[in-house]
Amino acid sequence: MNDPAPASPKTPCGGNCSCSGGPASASPPPGDEGSTRRAVLKGLGATLGVAAYAKALAPLTELTKEASMDEFLQKHYKELSKDEIATVIARLTQEAKEQYGADVTISDPKPQEGVKFGYALNLSICNGCRKCAEACHLENNHDRPSHQSYIRVFEMTKGSMDFEKGNVHYDHPVPQPDKYYMPVQCQQCEHPPCVDVCPVEATWKEKDGIVVVDYNWCIGCRYCEAACPYHARRFNWQKPQIPAAEINPDQSYLSNRIRPQGVMEKCTFCLHRTRNGRLPACLEACPTGARVFGDLNDPESEIRWVLENKRVFVLKEELGLKPQFFYFFDE
Amino acid sequence: MSRLLKQHPSLAWIALVVFATLCSLAVVWAQKNLGAAESAPVMKSQPKPEKHPVTIKPGPPTPRLDTGLKDAQGNAITAACSTCHSTTTPNTTRNTAHDLFQAHRGLNYAHGQLTCLSCHNAKDYDTLHLADGRSVAFPDVMTLCAQCHGTAMRDYLHGSHGGMNGHWNLAQGPRVRNNCVNCHDPHHPKFPLVRPVLPPRDRISVPKVPAEH
Repeated sequence: MNDPAPASPKTPCGGNCSCSGGPASASPPPGDEGSTRRAVLKGLGATLGVAAYAKALAPLTELTKEASMDEFLQKHYKELSKDEIATVIARLTQEAKEQYGADVTISDPKPQEGVKFGYALNLSICNGCRKCAEACHLENNHDRPSHQSYIRVFEMTKGSMDFEKGNVHYDHPVPQPDKYYMPVQCQQCEHPPCVDVCPVEATWKEKDGIVVVDYNWCIGCRYCEAACPYHARRFNWQKPQIPAAEINPDQSYLSNRIRPQGVMEKCTFCLHRTRNGRLPACLEACPTGARVFGDLNDPESEIRWVLENKRVFVLKEELGLKPQFFYFFDE
Repeated sequence: MSRLLKQHPSLAWIALVVFATLCSLAVVWAQKNLGAAESAPVMKSQPKPEKHPVTIKPGPPTPRLDTGLKDAQGNAITAACSTCHSTTTPNTTRNTAHDLFQAHRGLNYAHGQLTCLSCHNAKDYDTLHLADGRSVAFPDVMTLCAQCHGTAMRDYLHGSHGGMNGHWNLAQGPRVRNNCVNCHDPHHPKFPLVRPVLPPRDRISVPKVPAEH
């Protein structure tokens, strides 16, 4: 392979021009011309490089404002020691004060020994007033403008059992005579598909049956939202906006503390209440008493009486997810 | 003794082993006994947890009629039902609202085929009465309701009917439950139509435009 190119400068110019041809030309030395272009290109490259580097590091400079380095380096909830969780909670309390101007108490209640939570809802007496959704909205420090709530109430045509065909946007006095109303929230499945799909194990099922999210570990990929057949998971599109006076100060790490932007959240059966023996907020708000909550392991509990004496069903039973949330009708 | 040890040095080792064994046995014995002594009071402090009460809100107090007059302190002057009813003859046939007059005018009444005297006690208008004629004070009205609404009462007693507040776990705190008449007006007990609150604003499940449009 003979390359003619290196030989070409030595070839005399064959044209009609006035040049003498050959390497001994009168133009400036090629080395000078090349270095100028190279310098310009180098400078350009360096500038672009510095700019790209600065852009890449920009999130780190923002960390100091909204999120601290401590938060960036925080471990998974399950790996936090007692002291570490206390530090994390102190930081979150501080953040609530700085960002929302609210004095909050964040606890970390653990599952009660031998307790497994179950929830049942009486469709015969639910009147569709959505007070449960409102109570959830207030209790769990949801974003105010979006009316976020873990509960959706479907208006269903009598005779239909498919809540996918229900309407959540009804806006007329309830109950309508040909309709019934089906509130749907997290069913706390025994085999939760949302937990299976999470790529970072930011969500899991606790001993008392509650599926929880570590909001500081969640990467916001929304796989769990797509996996949930009950549409029970919510995404924080924005940083929640809540007036300081409306913030519920009784919070816990795994439930109703104010969530950061870009993470998933879900119903936790109000674990900050229920793990301390209290009833969930949606149940207390229900004006008809359609909701029954209790310990499935306690044979004396109300929920067990309902399961043993009423005609009970679960939503989308064919999926085999074994919901711990039950629906029933009176006679 | 020292001569014996000089003759048989292994005896010293045997004595040492025996001594160590005895010591460890003593330690084990002490641990067992102390452990038992410690666990006894723990067993005693774990009786069945005492349960907090479930309180049912009392029914309304015995009603009194507002005469529209005020006393010297500006308090409304009220009269007991029996003030008028002790001098009038009870009408056992009245069971519609438009029949009513005087103090009962305009009452919204819709409770099946019941007449006034199905519940109100003609012998003492400051009480109610059961089907067997026994009188019941107004605050104890639930006994009266339960005569007909047995299934509702059964569900209520098992916690699957009627609003409540407080604790699911009575070992940790009390519970307060609504009375029948907190939610159902005894004169027109059907739960009223209400306007739903907090309309959802997400784009999920937005109703499709019906096909006929």
